Amino acid sequence: MGDPKGFLKVARVEEDERPIDERVRDWTEIVQPAPESQVSEQASRCMDCGIPFCHQGCPLGNLIPEWNDLVHKGKIDLAVTRLLATNNFPEVTGRICPAPCEASCVLNIREEPVTIKTIERTIADHGLQHTAAIPRPAAIRTGKRVAVVGSGPAGLAAAQQLARSGHDVVVFERDDRIGGLLRYGIPDFKMEKDIIDVRIEQMRGEGVTFRAGVDVARDFGADRFVRDFDAIVLAMGARAPRDLVTPGRELGGVHFAMAFLEQQNRRIAGDTLDSSSAILATGKRVVVIGGGDTGSDCVGTSLRQGAVSVTQLELMPKPHLMRVPTNPWPEWPLVLRTSSSQEEGAQRDWAVSTRGFRGEGGRVVGLDAVRVVFEGGKMRPVEGADLLIRCELVLLAMGFVGPERRGLVEDLGLTLDARGNVRSDRSGLTSVPGVFAAGDVSRGQSLVVWAIADGRRVAAGVDAWLSRAPAKRAAAG
Amino acid sequence: MLARRVTPRILPPTMPLPSARGLYDPSFERDACGLGFVADLHRPPTHDVVTKGIEILRRLAHRGAIGCDPCTSDGAGILLQIPHAHYERVLQRSAIELPNQGDYGVGQCFLSRNADVRAAEVRFIEDAIRHHNQKVIGWRDVPVDVSVLGPVARDSMPVFRQVFIGRMCAVPAFERTLFMIRKRATSKASRAGLHDPYIASLSSKTVVYKGLALPERLEAFYFDLKADDTRSKLALVHSRFSTNTFPTWERAHPYRRIAHNGEINTLRGNQTWMRARESLLASAAFGEHIADFKPIIRPGGSDSASLDNVVDFLVTGGRSLPHVMMMLVPEAWEGQPEMPAERRAFYEYHASLVEPWDGPAALLFTDGTYLGATLDRNGLRPLKYVVTASGYVVAASEFGVLDFEPEDIIEKGRLQPGRMLLVDFAKGRIVGDEEIKQEVAAAKPYAQWLEANKIDLRALPPSSPPPPFGDEERRRFLRAFGYTREDIRLLLASMATHGEEPTGSMGTDAPLAVLSERPHPLFRYFKQQFAQVTNPPIDPIREKLVMTLVTCLGGEGNLLAETPKQCRLLELEQPVLTNEDLATIVAQPLADFSVTVLPMLFDARAQGAGEALERALLALCADAERAVDEGASLIVLSDRGVDAARAPIPSLLATSAVHHWLARAGKRMRAGLIVETGEAREVADLALLIGYGAGAVNPYLAFEAVDALDAEAPRAERGLHYVHALDKGLLKVMSKMGISCLSSYQGAQIFEAIGIGPDVISRFFPGTASRIGGIGLAEIASEALLRHAGAFDVPVRDAQTDEDAVDAGGVYAWRVGGERHLWNPYTVASLQKAVRLEDARAYQDYSRAINEQGDAPFTLRGCWDFASTRPAVPLEQVEPATQIVRRFATGAMSFGSISREAHENLAIAMNRIGGRSNSGEGGEDEARFVPLPNGDSKRSAIKQVASARFGVTAYYLVNADELQIKIAQGAKPGEGGQLPGHKVDEHIARVRHSVPGVTLISPPPHHDIYSIEDLAQLIYDLKCVNPRARVSVKLVSETGVGTIAAGVAKAHADSIQIAGHDGGTGASPLSSIQHAGTPWELGLAETHQVLVMNGLRGRVRIQVDGQLKTGRDVAFAALLGADEFGFATAPLVASGCIMMRKCHLNTCPVGVATQDPVLRARFQGTPEHVINFLFFVAEELRTIMARLGFRTLDEMTGHADVIRPRALQHAKAKLLDFDAVLMRVVPEASALHALGSGQQGTAELWSSGGSTDEALLEGARLSIKYGEPTTMQMVLTNADRAFGARLAGELARRYGAEGLSDGTVVVEATGTAGQSFGAFATRGMLLVLEGAANDYVGKGLSGGVLAIRPPARSRFKAHENVIVGNTCLYGATAGKAFFAGRAGERFAVRNSGAESVVEGVGDHGCEYMTGGTVIVLGPTGRNFAAGMSGGIAYVLDDERVLAGRLSKAMVDLEPMTRDDEDLVRALVEEHAQHTTSVRAKFVLSTWAKRHFVKVMPHEWKRVLTMRAGQPVAAKAAGGHG
Repeated sequence: MGDPKGFLKVARVEEDERPIDERVRDWTEIVQPAPESQVSEQASRCMDCGIPFCHQGCPLGNLIPEWNDLVHKGKIDLAVTRLLATNNFPEVTGRICPAPCEASCVLNIREEPVTIKTIERTIADHGLQHTAAIPRPAAIRTGKRVAVVGSGPAGLAAAQQLARSGHDVVVFERDDRIGGLLRYGIPDFKMEKDIIDVRIEQMRGEGVTFRAGVDVARDFGADRFVRDFDAIVLAMGARAPRDLVTPGRELGGVHFAMAFLEQQNRRIAGDTLDSSSAILATGKRVVVIGGGDTGSDCVGTSLRQGAVSVTQLELMPKPHLMRVPTNPWPEWPLVLRTSSSQEEGAQRDWAVSTRGFRGEGGRVVGLDAVRVVFEGGKMRPVEGADLLIRCELVLLAMGFVGPERRGLVEDLGLTLDARGNVRSDRSGLTSVPGVFAAGDVSRGQSLVVWAIADGRRVAAGVDAWLSRAPAKRAAAG
Repeated sequence: MLARRVTPRILPPTMPLPSARGLYDPSFERDACGLGFVADLHRPPTHDVVTKGIEILRRLAHRGAIGCDPCTSDGAGILLQIPHAHYERVLQRSAIELPNQGDYGVGQCFLSRNADVRAAEVRFIEDAIRHHNQKVIGWRDVPVDVSVLGPVARDSMPVFRQVFIGRMCAVPAFERTLFMIRKRATSKASRAGLHDPYIASLSSKTVVYKGLALPERLEAFYFDLKADDTRSKLALVHSRFSTNTFPTWERAHPYRRIAHNGEINTLRGNQTWMRARESLLASAAFGEHIADFKPIIRPGGSDSASLDNVVDFLVTGGRSLPHVMMMLVPEAWEGQPEMPAERRAFYEYHASLVEPWDGPAALLFTDGTYLGATLDRNGLRPLKYVVTASGYVVAASEFGVLDFEPEDIIEKGRLQPGRMLLVDFAKGRIVGDEEIKQEVAAAKPYAQWLEANKIDLRALPPSSPPPPFGDEERRRFLRAFGYTREDIRLLLASMATHGEEPTGSMGTDAPLAVLSERPHPLFRYFKQQFAQVTNPPIDPIREKLVMTLVTCLGGEGNLLAETPKQCRLLELEQPVLTNEDLATIVAQPLADFSVTVLPMLFDARAQGAGEALERALLALCADAERAVDEGASLIVLSDRGVDAARAPIPSLLATSAVHHWLARAGKRMRAGLIVETGEAREVADLALLIGYGAGAVNPYLAFEAVDALDAEAPRAERGLHYVHALDKGLLKVMSKMGISCLSSYQGAQIFEAIGIGPDVISRFFPGTASRIGGIGLAEIASEALLRHAGAFDVPVRDAQTDEDAVDAGGVYAWRVGGERHLWNPYTVASLQKAVRLEDARAYQDYSRAINEQGDAPFTLRGCWDFASTRPAVPLEQVEPATQIVRRFATGAMSFGSISREAHENLAIAMNRIGGRSNSGEGGEDEARFVPLPNGDSKRSAIKQVASARFGVTAYYLVNADELQIKIAQGAKPGEGGQLPGHKVDEHIARVRHSVPGVTLISPPPHHDIYSIEDLAQLIYDLKCVNPRARVSVKLVSETGVGTIAAGVAKAHADSIQIAGHDGGTGASPLSSIQHAGTPWELGLAETHQVLVMNGLRGRVRIQVDGQLKTGRDVAFAALLGADEFGFATAPLVASGCIMMRKCHLNTCPVGVATQDPVLRARFQGTPEHVINFLFFVAEELRTIMARLGFRTLDEMTGHADVIRPRALQHAKAKLLDFDAVLMRVVPEASALHALGSGQQGTAELWSSGGSTDEALLEGARLSIKYGEPTTMQMVLTNADRAFGARLAGELARRYGAEGLSDGTVVVEATGTAGQSFGAFATRGMLLVLEGAANDYVGKGLSGGVLAIRPPARSRFKAHENVIVGNTCLYGATAGKAFFAGRAGERFAVRNSGAESVVEGVGDHGCEYMTGGTVIVLGPTGRNFAAGMSGGIAYVLDDERVLAGRLSKAMVDLEPMTRDDEDLVRALVEEHAQHTTSVRAKFVLSTWAKRHFVKVMPHEWKRVLTMRAGQPVAAKAAGGHG
């Protein structure tokens, strides 16, 4: 630990965000990287706790106190190694992770936590500019073939780990580009996409084969697929969105958030989209239903597209401004948060339940809602508290209900858990031998950091499983 | 008379101790004692000398002990010259005619009560006599009066018979022949399967009468002692205080040659080495009979008996008695430039022959011609002597054991450390230390022998080591040897940078090695043992003059011979060899000194790892033996050469195996053993290797890792720093056990194993305690192979640094991917949620996480379940939680280690619920003694008395319900502590009676507890000051703690606390947190079992602590025998602690363990948090009690039979065997829990010597009540102990810290006062004594004034004689003390406020002093002012010798200023006034010619300068000019 008293001398300073009126006019990242000197000073606030609660907070078990110390001592190259030891894509988590580590930081008991996320991003970006993206192919190839289905964070993490263990890995992606949710789910103003490309290049160098635009169930058939590979990692995510069953749902201008966000990311990536199916907020009054991160991404995207107004509705009541005693540290604080997108100009409303949409000419023109209260865990509409919101675009960002059943899940006959996710054991093994599940497909909708952690965990499980089983090809040959 | 209720069990009439049972093992017996001798130089033998000897015994009775049977002592005895006249007369009656004195020998035999066995014993003795061609003159029944014995002694009494043997050989050979007869008789008998007949003495010169009679009844027991014609010129007596009450007649002293007070710490090593030497023994005088002598040390004997065996053997072998004592118990000679070269050479030469028998020892010895006394190098046992004009020489533990007319006394002194006092009856005079030692040392040209033969490493041609490993190679080896990131980041980095081990805080809550799921180095299965109560640890820093790491390697010779070649050894200054050193040694070119390197590796790829390891081990042992046979002088065991196919044999296993193999083969002494290993990295590893036989260690991989470190220290210095840190750590580990010399630590096996199975222990670690079984060779091998696989099967090339390449570790602190910890984010968070929200569900989450350890246990109790056969009881019938919490206490944490807020919070909480909080060792703010307006109280019910005695005043002591003597602390047993000056703020300083900014050192030992009888004295002192408080003694769990606890119970403690090894700490070296002490389950079970077996259990309460966290923990503690329960870490966590483990850095971010006001403001704990926690625990306990069918804790305590080990799958844990731990001792009529509520018979204690105290209280009645002045005259004897302490307590209770005005109660006493004269005397008391006093005068002086002067009729020069004993003014906080004479060792140790004038002091004067003024009008001993951080000493140094005797680390010598002169002069005048000191008058009248120097601590000066706002230096300079 560089400075035992650092936390008493240095106050928390976060990364700067570019001014709102500047950033809403472009699609580049809103965060301005902090100078390394500032980050190094911030790192001195880390107390190297006897129990680093940040470890508990971080699903990856990032060695936060250790790399904080290295950053503080100016040994950022060593910090890169220490960071990469637990995290395949720190440049991603350093940008978009909600940082549960910071929530559980011991400094968060009475004051402000260490800027762990900023430090991580700084280390990661430094790494990418230097050595972190150099391929590290395995010295010994095992000759075993592993398929990874889905190229989101879980799939990529699993693929990289497995490749480094010497297995021949093929990553299948239904979309036209590799990256899954990272590619099409996260707006560029939060994370620009070239960092994914860097990693994909690296993984190619490590022997990973990428096959985009392949729907495995459709193009191969589950049976053949299982025969061809020694092991399969399913990492297709939990892509089935939660829908709103109300009158007017069928109207034009009512869309799932993902469809909206994906289109914008494609535009930025240079794709030309069919204008008839384009979903654009330009010049419209927009309502986003759902107060989570995806909802926020819709807000930011709408504003950048030139929406006249953006209203964001949340069913649950407005959270407290401060922690309540029943939600003590180091639990995740259930408090009101304002995302950068919301700062940019959203009108937010809480405890509002949508009753239906009004349409004109098949297109949405307004939204009927009612205020609700929660009593004993049950929601009740408030008599007479109806409201009508005029709008031309409604984006549904109410989360995801689980993996898509059609396709591999059904074809392989995988057992699901009570919540409809693919059931797997600690090593990721599903009910079908040789088939593993990683990330949202088995966990349900969650954070990128969990997806990476799952990918790593399941890769270890696959590796152990493979070391016990003879290679199919070898057995055949 | 509470204690007397227990009916003693009827024991079979055997002499030996009971055999091992449960956790009791007779080898842990300890004892200590009072001893003395009297000699008459002028007259022929008289009966008067015998009477005087008996009188000494009587006067020392308070130093002995009685057990559960008040008429049975632990042993008393007397050694006399053969009373020829008496024997001649009594034998005439049996028509046996004795030859002349000297022409026959007398054997004092303890024979079996079984007639057949006895007949056989007699036959063996007579056969032996005939075998050696001597004549059996006849046998005599020794007449005894059985009625004076207590029942226990009576039931175990042997038959006493004397055999008279006629001399049939030349006079000079006769004693030797008698020795050979005794050896033959006993060895033949024991080979025939008899418990060998015990022959207390067999000599033509001396005879021993001893046994289990009370000392004062010994004379009544043995009729011989009363007879007028029983005459002797000398009487040597001994009264024993044993830790146990098991009756053992033969363990009474004196032995044949010696009587001993103290303890030999290195016994196990000494025994092993002696055994190893046996095959080399040869002597013309003994011839082939030498076979009868083996083993030289009779197995099963005590440390004293073993030493006696060796002394006896060596003396009989031809060396003089003084010579033998000098070689076995050498004084500290290393680094003593003032010692004559010849004498140093003597010691150095003999160091190559034999390692010191080290430990606190006052030894009396005699062969009938010489009578002597000597102290070990530390001089930790008291020995005083008096020489009279009438020709008597008396030496004893205390002054005042015989009365002489004052004008008869010509010399009064005390023996100094390492010194010898010798009476030579042949010359008829006393031979001084210098004279006798010079004579012995000059007998042979030892210096020349050394010069010609000793091999100096630095003189050998240097050779280069193998080239360093490459990065990848090194990282692979780091993995193969199980290095972790913590090893590199914490341990090596700190050692290489700062030259010392890192410090940590809080305890350990990770699983024991045997319970861990990770492979641990074999080292981690061993725990260091340490000294507690029966012997003191040493301060290796402040008292380094007695410590040495010098070691000699090579082949040793015949102990009976003295030849130059016996010192043909390689001498090392310290045992850590650098890679260069080892290369140099291996390549050394000497023709008569050869080195063999043996690989310490096994086949990593073989089927059956355990077998492969075993094969390799046995082959290694055989190779080592062959190497010795082929003449190797040094064997190097090396694990260099590990590769994909070969794994390292754990170096400790290999070392101990080879060491013991060679010892058993009788070849160990022919070669030295060096271990070259990549495995050893930290201090504990090296200590283990050396403790199991290695003479030197080369941790080659650690050196390379240190080189590769990403550390600040320049590479060139790192290796040196690292070696320095290891050396420093080794000294600390040795000193924990009170061992001063590495040569005696080597092979001493001061360790116990936890989790190693009996097969491995008995074959490779014989003599090591391992109580619960555990792993075998197969598991050891598989752990080694796991590491090996991690190194060779997993690539390391991704790593950029060594740290990246290795495992996280996580042993010291919870880390993701590291070792498991009970305190982790989940348990801490759940507990805090539970207590803050009074959320029972959250508590359940917490307790479930702690309790349900599944197949991965953390603790021994985690391996257990409950299995009650009793019917469950309804929960309502179980005693209420409000009752249960009264048995709860919070742990001893000083204000200073934790914040004032946290400390007071605990006190308020505990006072609210009727539990007890503990002040810790830092004193307590007096404001807290007064309750708050709202009824709360911040007063700690338990006040701790620790080694530094900070703030321990009479007022502090009377404000307690319990006084706790902290002997040791779980996190760092056997170590002291230090609060650096920068942490001592105004408030802490006030409470500790010091000034801000001055470092406060806690010494490792209590300087008034070097033995069990000393502890009894301190308990007595405390009970005098505060008769209402119970006295508890805090011990740390280790093997043998039960035996110590029994002694503590007999010392009249009311309560014994057993602390687990895992307890918290504010700051401790990491290695101490990890490697010393054992889990409380073991210590508690042993303590309970031994107390029950001894019939002592009902007398004392047992409290346990050490990571108690839940009701389930408490339930197991109760079942194993605890009455009360201590919690420390958990209440802190409840108060907000989040286990930062940064207590030692003062940066605690939650305000718990910090003194920083900014951080303290963050403290969020409330009393309710603590109370909620304790009630949750109590309620959880109640549900368990209900389920198990216990209504009360009293009912439950000690029912270990309700515990059942769980069936585990865990590969290592499933091997554990808990039978001994869970054995329920079912005694007849003995309690299983504490009876009564509090103190054991304080009144009874006082009946021994309290009458004078009663008189004092009575006489001072008006002063006590109204503050009226009183003057009294009294006569004191050495039985009047702690004189004045009761009055001090009464005054403190009534008048608080202020006391009365000076001189309100004046006592004018005469005589020789007992121990602790004037202890804790408060302001208003003036105690004047004309005579002398013993040890601990003015202990804890709290404002009173003491003055001691010799009787007016004395003719000796007062300032050249000793008037007060050792350790005077220990922990004094205020007051004045004037002594017209010299004091013993450690004068004014840890004084923080008293002013004193004395006319000379022994070694270690003013040690650890933090305040006050001491004026010495005479010489000082060595090591003056060691650890002195405050106060000022002025020494009259006319001879200008002080500079050479000073410990300069913390002080400077300065000339006196004018102000100083005024102060000194005033105090000396006051001294003269109080004592009429001749010396004072002389000094005052010749003031201008006298040369005083001022001893000024650096810190004190700095602080005073700052406070005065002007530089003291300038003033001093002015004074000089």
